[in-house]
Amino acid sequence: MKTFVYIDHFKGEIQPASWEAIGLGKTLGSVSAIVFGSGVDAITKAAFEYGADEVFVADDTSLEDFRAEPYASTLSALASSQSPDLILFPITARTRELAAMSAVDLNTGVLTDISALEMNGDQLIATRPIYEGKVLEKTVCSGKPVMASIRPRFFPKPEPDGSKSGTGTKVDVKADALTTVEGYSASESAVNLGDAGVIVSGGRGVSNNPSLQPPAGMDERQAEIWRAHQGFALITELANVLGGAVGASRAAVDGGYIPYSHQVGQTGKVVTPDLYIACGISGAVQHLVGMRNAKLIVAINKDADAPVFKQARYGVVGDLFQVVPALTEAFKKKLGK
Amino acid sequence: MKIIACIKQVPDSEAKVKAEDAKITWGDAPLVINPFDEYAVEGALQQKEAQGGTVTALCIGPESARDALKHALAMGADEAILITDAALPKLDTVGAARVLAAAIQKIGGVDMVIFGRQTLDNGSGLTTAQTARVLGIPLLGLAGQIKVQDGSVTVERVTEEGRQTVSAKLPAIVSVVQSIGEPRYPSFMGIRKASKANIPVWTLSDLGIEAPAAVVARTELMNPPVKDTIVEMITGETPEAIAETLVEKILAEKVL
Repeated sequence: MKTFVYIDHFKGEIQPASWEAIGLGKTLGSVSAIVFGSGVDAITKAAFEYGADEVFVADDTSLEDFRAEPYASTLSALASSQSPDLILFPITARTRELAAMSAVDLNTGVLTDISALEMNGDQLIATRPIYEGKVLEKTVCSGKPVMASIRPRFFPKPEPDGSKSGTGTKVDVKADALTTVEGYSASESAVNLGDAGVIVSGGRGVSNNPSLQPPAGMDERQAEIWRAHQGFALITELANVLGGAVGASRAAVDGGYIPYSHQVGQTGKVVTPDLYIACGISGAVQHLVGMRNAKLIVAINKDADAPVFKQARYGVVGDLFQVVPALTEAFKKKLGK
Repeated sequence: MKIIACIKQVPDSEAKVKAEDAKITWGDAPLVINPFDEYAVEGALQQKEAQGGTVTALCIGPESARDALKHALAMGADEAILITDAALPKLDTVGAARVLAAAIQKIGGVDMVIFGRQTLDNGSGLTTAQTARVLGIPLLGLAGQIKVQDGSVTVERVTEEGRQTVSAKLPAIVSVVQSIGEPRYPSFMGIRKASKANIPVWTLSDLGIEAPAAVVARTELMNPPVKDTIVEMITGETPEAIAETLVEKILAEKVL
């Protein structure tokens, strides 16, 4: 099987699941990596080190910013001339648009957010979540190439081999952009929950510390958010000690405690860390669906009947404002930090 | 401005959706407008308020999907169109995009088409970009803000890495995220208007197209494996004692 793997990056920062996609492609046959952008030599080099047999490169100033139309046209033209059987993408906001458009050009389809891919005879069968992960479907694509985007942390990541190298093969650039990127500002809270090995999350409970006295002059709503920020500061400290990311429940996000990008579940995202610590989260259905694939779940909540305990391996009935800082200190000691 | 909000009807997100006998079931949970699409309607209404014009809610679905369209009307949309056809349940996302594109062309003179970021059912989030591709017009994805001026639209695109300002000439397709603003509640007057509204139904022959052949198909449905873990409650005299025990347990699991 001839597989193309699209290496997704933002301003040179590579999505690690791109390498997981190379690993998956190698289990099926040969892998050609695809690198688009401007000044992407380092990415091409890395693609060889991670195991690509060949790297197709479109390096052009017109491709400096990701824009779906020229990226899709360039990819579609390349796929038409090279006839791969399969094109794999790490799932991101960019690749969702890119794969979607190329599938229209190539008269094929995209299997998105897949967590498994198996061969049955000469047919590829993918497993993906539907209905917010409440149900899984097996799905096939009868078009060629099959296009599929993989969820992060579901496929093994190959070890890079610094001794491997090669020369990228130049690809014709299609410059049919319909949009203009006028500016960019880094997120005040850049967070990548999908790739995180550890996530510490807070819910409505983070604002529930009556012993904290907010500064004078705040109305009730401002005081609630102030309290929540103190709570999330404790959660962030624990996450930092564990080298993890900070998540949140919908209640915390809707309450204005923390930006939407941190939300786990339903309107947020499905995460699969090795360790998930839920603090002050009661456990609404959509949140549980978003985190239940974590390897180890720990829940801390005041309410012993909170549904979150049904998903957890370890539970603590207690005040997160006492337990979380104690946990941070205990981890610091044990991990020698 | 002529604005279209594309919506879908899905089971409520609180619904216990399951696979049963190779079918999807959700008990007696209600079908609702896809929550992300409420933001699309909200975004469309904001543009109408800023620029003048009309908002048309457009939906592919069975007869029951009228209720989702009525919700959009009750929020303030001017008109609604239901696309329904016996051939439609088997559509894949490219097929849905071709049907929506044909409807958008039939409506004619459209300046902006707004989608929610994804649906709660299939959740692939592909249809928006595919509709733009079929129509050959610009895609402005994941907009947290939309501004229209002199025949151009500028959006603030919200991604994991940060916010990008992206612009394009109208007509364009825009998908919106939550930062567009909380969807307004249907007003009493809106609900009355929606209950009396005449919602036209278009079939594929009205659109002058054949049913697009599906390339992507489902072969099996499964319920996610049920976890057999039983929670172990950690107790102790002090938070420090609890923390110490818990840390030992976590480290023993070797997940770090």
